[in-house]
Amino acid sequence: MAELAIAEKAEAFVDYLAAQERKGLLRFLTCGSVDDGKSTLIGRLLYDTKLIFEDQLAALERDSRRHGTTGEDIDLALLVDGLEAEREQGITIDVAYRFFTTDKRKFIVADTPGHEQYTRNMATGASTADVAVLLVDARHGVAVQTRRHAFIASLLGIRHAVLAVNKIDLVDFDQGRFEEIRAEFESFAKGLKFDTLVSIPLSARYGHNVLGRSDQMPWYGGPTLVEHLETVQIEDRVSAQPFRMPVQWVNRPNLNFRGFSGTIASGAVRVGDSVASAVSGRTSTVARIVTMDGDLPEAGAGDAVTLTLADEIDVSRGDLLAAAEARPDVADQFSAHLVWMSDAPLFPGRPYLLKIGAKSITASVTEIKHKIDVNSFEHLAAKELHLNEIGVVNVSLAAPVAFDPYELNRDTGAFIIIDRQTNATVGAGMIDFALRRATNIHWQALDVDKASRAALKGQKPAILWFTGLSGAGKSTVANLVEKRLHAMGRHTYVLDGDNVRHGLNRDLGFTDADRVENIRRVAEAAKLFVDAGLIVLVSFISPFRAERRMARDLVEADEFLEVFVDTPIDVCRTRDPKGLYAKADAGQIKNFTGVDSAYETPEHPEIHLDTVAATPEQMADEVIGELKARGLIEV
Amino acid sequence: MSIDRQSHLKRLEDESIHIMREVAAEFRNPVMLYSIGKDSSVMLHLAMKAFYPSKPPFPLLHVDTTWKFREMIAFRDETARRLGLELITWTNADGKAQNVNPFDHGSSYYTHVMKTEALKQALTHYGFDAAFGGARRDEEKSRAKERVFSFRTETHGWDPKNQRPELWRLYNARIHKGESIRVFPLSNWTELDIWQYILAEEIPIVPLYFAAKRPVVERDGMLIMKDDDRLVLKDGESAEERLVRFRTLGCYPLTGALESDAATLPEIVREMLIARTSERSGRLIDHDESASMEKKKREGYF
Repeated sequence: MAELAIAEKAEAFVDYLAAQERKGLLRFLTCGSVDDGKSTLIGRLLYDTKLIFEDQLAALERDSRRHGTTGEDIDLALLVDGLEAEREQGITIDVAYRFFTTDKRKFIVADTPGHEQYTRNMATGASTADVAVLLVDARHGVAVQTRRHAFIASLLGIRHAVLAVNKIDLVDFDQGRFEEIRAEFESFAKGLKFDTLVSIPLSARYGHNVLGRSDQMPWYGGPTLVEHLETVQIEDRVSAQPFRMPVQWVNRPNLNFRGFSGTIASGAVRVGDSVASAVSGRTSTVARIVTMDGDLPEAGAGDAVTLTLADEIDVSRGDLLAAAEARPDVADQFSAHLVWMSDAPLFPGRPYLLKIGAKSITASVTEIKHKIDVNSFEHLAAKELHLNEIGVVNVSLAAPVAFDPYELNRDTGAFIIIDRQTNATVGAGMIDFALRRATNIHWQALDVDKASRAALKGQKPAILWFTGLSGAGKSTVANLVEKRLHAMGRHTYVLDGDNVRHGLNRDLGFTDADRVENIRRVAEAAKLFVDAGLIVLVSFISPFRAERRMARDLVEADEFLEVFVDTPIDVCRTRDPKGLYAKADAGQIKNFTGVDSAYETPEHPEIHLDTVAATPEQMADEVIGELKARGLIEV
Repeated sequence: MSIDRQSHLKRLEDESIHIMREVAAEFRNPVMLYSIGKDSSVMLHLAMKAFYPSKPPFPLLHVDTTWKFREMIAFRDETARRLGLELITWTNADGKAQNVNPFDHGSSYYTHVMKTEALKQALTHYGFDAAFGGARRDEEKSRAKERVFSFRTETHGWDPKNQRPELWRLYNARIHKGESIRVFPLSNWTELDIWQYILAEEIPIVPLYFAAKRPVVERDGMLIMKDDDRLVLKDGESAEERLVRFRTLGCYPLTGALESDAATLPEIVREMLIARTSERSGRLIDHDESASMEKKKREGYF
C-alpha cells in the first residue's frame, strides 16, 4: 500500500488496482503451543500490513486494559481471539481465518489452536493450507506439541514448513540458541514430507523479522517471515495430475442442454478431450466448457465450470469425470489414515456416512490396523479410535467409488465421516491405497439361490429382530413365536444373545466396541440364514440404533421386521430372571444396558409389544398376525 | 471487462460457486438472503454464474424492516426484474403493528424485532432449510470463526463451541428435520476483494455508495440521511445538503454517511484503501460491546 501516495492520479490508480488484482493467493496456517504467541504474530501481521483500523484499535486498547497480559502495551493477540470465552480464558479455542495482503500476494491465514484437546481444528486448518508456520518459544525450544503439529501438517499434505522461533528478544537475540533449536527441529523433520523448511528468528510482539528486517540480529541473513511467504513457490501439483472433476450438480435448464457442473480437482480439460465417468467406465468427449463469461477452449485445476458431453451417457451428482486415458482407482475398500474428531469413539463395524467429492455413501471401518502416537510416532494396537487420535484403518463402502491416493490428489483422496444419527462430522480421512478384495476373495456364484431355497420350503425368508432391555421378555416371546411357526410347518431358527455368546461370540466382552462387533456378527449370521430360506428370530438387547440399522440394511427391505419388546426398566428390574440387575446395581457387572450403558429406543419398529399390557401368548399372536398381514406366511 | 483467470479473485469466485452448487444439490428448499448491499450484489452475481445457463434454483428473500433507504427498495425490485428471479419480501407484522422503530425503541430492540425475529419468522414460514448470507470473515472478530456451512438449531440458534469441523471442500450438509444451515459463500472475501470484483465484473450497485449531495443530519457523531419525513429533527438539529456517500447500507436511521467526493468505483476503492476506520463502524448496532455481534449471532442474527 506504499505506492498509494504515488498513485495520486486516477489513471495511475486504475493501473495500481489492476496490479492488485493480478496478485496470487497463498493459504497458510499458524500453529504452536499455548503461549507461543500465535495470536500475537497474526495481530502483528495485520498491524504491520495496515489492516487494523482506528476504531478496531480503540476497541483493542479498551480490551487490553480489561483482559490484556502486556501491561501498558497493546495486546495484539486480543485482536484475533474472537469469541468471548477465549478472551476470558486467554486461549484460542477455534480455528479462525484472517486475511491480509501485501503488494505481492493475498494471504488467507488459518489460525489454529495449540491447546491439546483442539487438535482436530489443526487438521481442519491444514486441510486447505499450502504452508505451515510452526511457532516455538525461543526459551523453551521444540515442544511435544511442535512435533505433533508438524506431523499433522505433513500428514494433511502440506509440503512447505516455516519454523518461527518467536520471542527471540527474550533470549537476547542469541544466535547460538536459534541454531540449537533449528538443528533439533531439522533433524526431527527429516522423517516428514516437507519439500522446504525455513527457520526464522523473530519477535511477534516487537515486530523483529516479521515484515521488516531486525537490526538486532545481524547474524541472520535469511528472509523475514513476510518476505518468505511472499516468495515461497508452491508447485502446482494438482495441475500436473490427470484431469478429475467431481460432478456436483446436473445443469438442465431445458431439454436441449444437459451440463455437468463441478470444480476441476486436478489436471486440465480441453474441448474434444476423451473423458470417462470413473465408476461406470463409460466414456464420451467434451463438447463444450460453459461459463457465463462465454465458452472456454480449456479449463484447469480450481476452475468451477460446466461441461457438456458429445454423448448421452449416464452421469449424475457424485460421479467423478476423469481423463479417459488416466483413470482413478475404483474400489469398495481402501486403506486410509483417519483423524477422529468426535467425543464418541469410532467403533469398527459401525455404519457411518462417508463423503468424498460430491458423493455420500454408507461406509464402515472394518479394521483399525494401528493408531499412531503423535508424540512418539509409535504404532499402537487399538480396538477403538478416540477424539484427536489418528489411525491407519481399512474402510469398506456400500458400493465402489472413484478416488486417487491423497498423496497424489488432496481433492479426490480426502473424505469426511458423518455420524448418521447426530449428523456431526466425526472423522477426516486420507486415502492411501485401494484394497482389491476381488484379488483376494472371489464371490462364489451359486446356481441354487435364495428364492429357490425358500420356494422348496414353501415360505418367504425374513428376520424378526427382537430388541429390548435385559429381562424385557424377548426370548420368551421369540420362543413362543417359533413354536407356533414350527407347528404351522415353517422352517425357522432362533439366534439368542446368551446362546451365541457361548460360541460364535465367546471372545467378545461388553464394551461399546465389543457390543457393535457382537451385533455385526449376529446380523451377518442372520443374513446367511435368510439366504438359506429360513425365518430367523434374533433375540438380542442390541442397544444401539446404528447397529440395528446396519442389520436392516443387510437384507431386502421387506425381509426385516424390528420387534420392540417394550418393558419399563423398573419392571425388568423387578422381574430380573437371571439376577443381573441386582449385580449391576451392586457394581459387579460393568456396562450393563439400562444401568451404566445406554439403550437407544427404536424410533419406528414394525412391531411394538407392550409387555405390561399383554401376556406373552397375546404378544406371540400379535407377531404371527403381523407376519400374515405382511404376506410373509399365508393365511 | 472480467477478472484475470489466474488472479486471487478468480480463486475466490470459484470457491463461492462451488459452495453454492453444493447447497443447491444437497438441500430441499434453499433461499438466498438478499440485503441489497454491495456484498449481496456480488453474491447474487456469483449465483448467476454458478448455475448458468440455468437460473439459480432458489428465490431471493429480503427482510424489509420498512426503514431501508428508498433507493435500496427501488434497486431491489429492479434487480429481481432484470435477472428474472423470484423475490420474497418479509416484514415482521407484529413489529409493524406495534410501530417498532429505531427512534422510540432503541437500535438494539428494534434490530432484534425487525431484523432477527423477522428473519426467523420468514425462514420458519417458508420452511427454508438453507439460507445464503453475504457475511465475510474479515468483517468482525466472531465472524472469523464461523464456518461456511453454519449449523442452526430448530430455534435458529448458533452454538460457537459446537461447530462442525470443515475440511477441504467437503461440506457436511446433513441436518435433521426443522434444523437449518446458514451458508456464507463470501467467507474468504475481504472488503477490498468485493470492490475490486465489482469493478472488474461491472456489477450494478445501489447509487448510495457513490458520492452525491444528500440531506443529512448530524446526530451522535454520525451523519444520518433524512430519507423521508419519519426522521423528526430534534431541537438544534437541521438537515443540510452535503456531499456524502455510504460505505455500508442498512436501515437509514442507523447508517452513518461519510463525507466524500468519491463518485466512481476506482475513487471508492482508493478512498477505502486510505480509510482508517473499519467498515462496520458506520453501523450503530455493533457499538455497544465488543462482543455484541457474537451475542446477536447466538440469538439468530445473520
